[in-house]
Amino acid sequence: MGKTIFEKIWAENSVMERPDGATLLFVDRHIVHDATSQGFDKMEAEGHSLRRPDLTFGLADHYVATGNSAAQRKPNFDQMVNRLEAESKRWGFDSFGPGKSKQGIVHVAGPELGITLPGCVLVCGDSHTATHGALGALAFGIGASEIAHVLATQTIWQRKPKQMRVTIDGTLDQNVTAKDLILALIGKIGAGGGTGHVIEYAGSAIRGLSMEGRLTVCNMSIEAGARTGMIAPDETTISYLEGRDYAPRGDVWDRAVAHWRTLISDDDAVFDCEVSMHSSEIAPMVTWGTSPMDVLPITGAVPAPSIADNDDERKRIAHALDYMGLTAGMQLTDIAIDRAFIGSCTNGRIEDLRAAATIAKGRKAQVPAFVTPGSGQVKAQAEAEGLDRIFTDAGFEWTDPGCSMCVAMNGDLVPPGERCASSSNRNFEGRQGRGSRTHLLSPAMAAAAAVTGHLADVRKL
Amino acid sequence: MKPFKSHRGIAAPLPKSNINTDLIVPARYLTRARKEGFDDALFADLRSEADGTADPNFVLNQPPFDAATILVTGDNFGCGSSREHAVWSLADYGFRVVIAPSFADIFHGNSLQNGLLVIPTPQATVNELCTKMSETPGTEITVDLDSQTVVCGNLSYTFDIDPYRKECLLNGLSETADTLRRLTEIKTFEGRHGKSHPWLTAPN
Ligand code: SF4
Repeated sequence: MGKTIFEKIWAENSVMERPDGATLLFVDRHIVHDATSQGFDKMEAEGHSLRRPDLTFGLADHYVATGNSAAQRKPNFDQMVNRLEAESKRWGFDSFGPGKSKQGIVHVAGPELGITLPGCVLVCGDSHTATHGALGALAFGIGASEIAHVLATQTIWQRKPKQMRVTIDGTLDQNVTAKDLILALIGKIGAGGGTGHVIEYAGSAIRGLSMEGRLTVCNMSIEAGARTGMIAPDETTISYLEGRDYAPRGDVWDRAVAHWRTLISDDDAVFDCEVSMHSSEIAPMVTWGTSPMDVLPITGAVPAPSIADNDDERKRIAHALDYMGLTAGMQLTDIAIDRAFIGSCTNGRIEDLRAAATIAKGRKAQVPAFVTPGSGQVKAQAEAEGLDRIFTDAGFEWTDPGCSMCVAMNGDLVPPGERCASSSNRNFEGRQGRGSRTHLLSPAMAAAAAVTGHLADVRKL
Repeated sequence: MKPFKSHRGIAAPLPKSNINTDLIVPARYLTRARKEGFDDALFADLRSEADGTADPNFVLNQPPFDAATILVTGDNFGCGSSREHAVWSLADYGFRVVIAPSFADIFHGNSLQNGLLVIPTPQATVNELCTKMSETPGTEITVDLDSQTVVCGNLSYTFDIDPYRKECLLNGLSETADTLRRLTEIKTFEGRHGKSHPWLTAPN
């Protein structure tokens, strides 16, 4: 029987098995950020030290000031950022803090710096680590105890997850993006649809995506409950990586590429579960509720609780509508917004900013709108292309890179009761600040909402 | 880690699906050091109104559920952010056991590493437990890890748990120390992996 990409990487990185069936996986890349200090606390409390500083990388993102709402900042945010810096000096690993050109959100900067490579096992104390699977890495989020374990041993115990293949064929229409694709998928399989599984994304619509688009898709695997997402490396992956800071060079590069080409699922490989979709099912999407699965094409209307087939779900929808301040039957395009946020590890890459700038160009933001590049390199590139000017001319605020309003941990937040069109990944209650109401959508759709003052169909602008 | 052998305590029902870790512990608490404790952060936005007063409708604000040490809840519990603070806040508040139809993967792993026993339980059984709790508030549940059983009045069932995690929980063992006993195997692997995958073991 053939093997999947996942099984190949799993086998290559297995150190040993425990009698109970858990496998000790070697960790090729461990990225730590400014919200993982408790992992270092735990490592030290147990009397251990960092085993492989050369395979550990630091990136500050969650608590970094991005320049929007300095008023909300607290001194302990800087402490978190400084703590990462102190750990990197103490243990001797590379780390990029605010102001450094290589700084950025772990899931934007990691691939961009070539830290993430096909076939590597990569872990990070953040649930969106699935993002890195877009390059054909086996990448997953871990908790503080596991971080301590990886810091001290460079390994992690894992039980083999189940495998799901999601095949999406066809060509996406203009203005339909990777974000719409993944939102549509989560709408179809549900927020728990991938629980216990690794998802491999395949099919012509996936192959046709740029690396940025693939990163967006894999990023939200966790919103479908999956352990992680992966895409087989191909020419897009290889040309994306060539010449990046930490990517191999010379002979080693050639050897690496030859190996990466073998990282595809064999024709006779078997998945525990298969899902397929066609690109024609996908339109510009927007969420109306408090779970990423509460999603519809922008042409739709807010659903009534009665669409659910059970009582629990009816209650959940009723509560979500109440929290979101929406009434069933309302056209999605009639929902007025108070703010827009373009950024995050889902959609803070150059291609995302270009798409948003296309919409912002020559128009005026009707509500406060922030554009937060995902990394220092994205910011520099966007400025070189003049995107920052397009945004500021349109009345958008252009900020420094970081997580910012995606998670409201650095003081940038959506005030209670306000409604934000956001290119991020979670619309949970309180995610962007207590009482905040989040509508998830693509960067172009977020820009369209900003310039019209309501949720809008980007195709009609 | 605090060992877990068996536990008997009052159970509180929170029969909602997809309770995410942002709800269990809001982001604003995350800069705290572990030793400061997270008990007050647990369900902070559900427990109190925006002005800080306790919400009387929230189950953990109602006696006898305010003394609960076992939480019975809905499926996909602990989804969302990987923050281990969610487990710390449950543990610091006093919970020793969470019973639900299913748990999000990362939360599941985090719990067992911190001595919080999570027990996947069929939905129908969870419903029965919830009925018992609402009919007789203060109903106690007994959980025995060694025999992997849950007993609540005349209802009892057995549950699955990874044997290794069970061993660690019963003895309060840290996994890291256990893994470091296998350092020779890890080093042998590193040597081999470095030869076959030089681009991975020696980044520029
Ligand atoms: S951008 Fe948002 S989702 Fe991504 S790592 Fe930062 S906080 Fe997490």
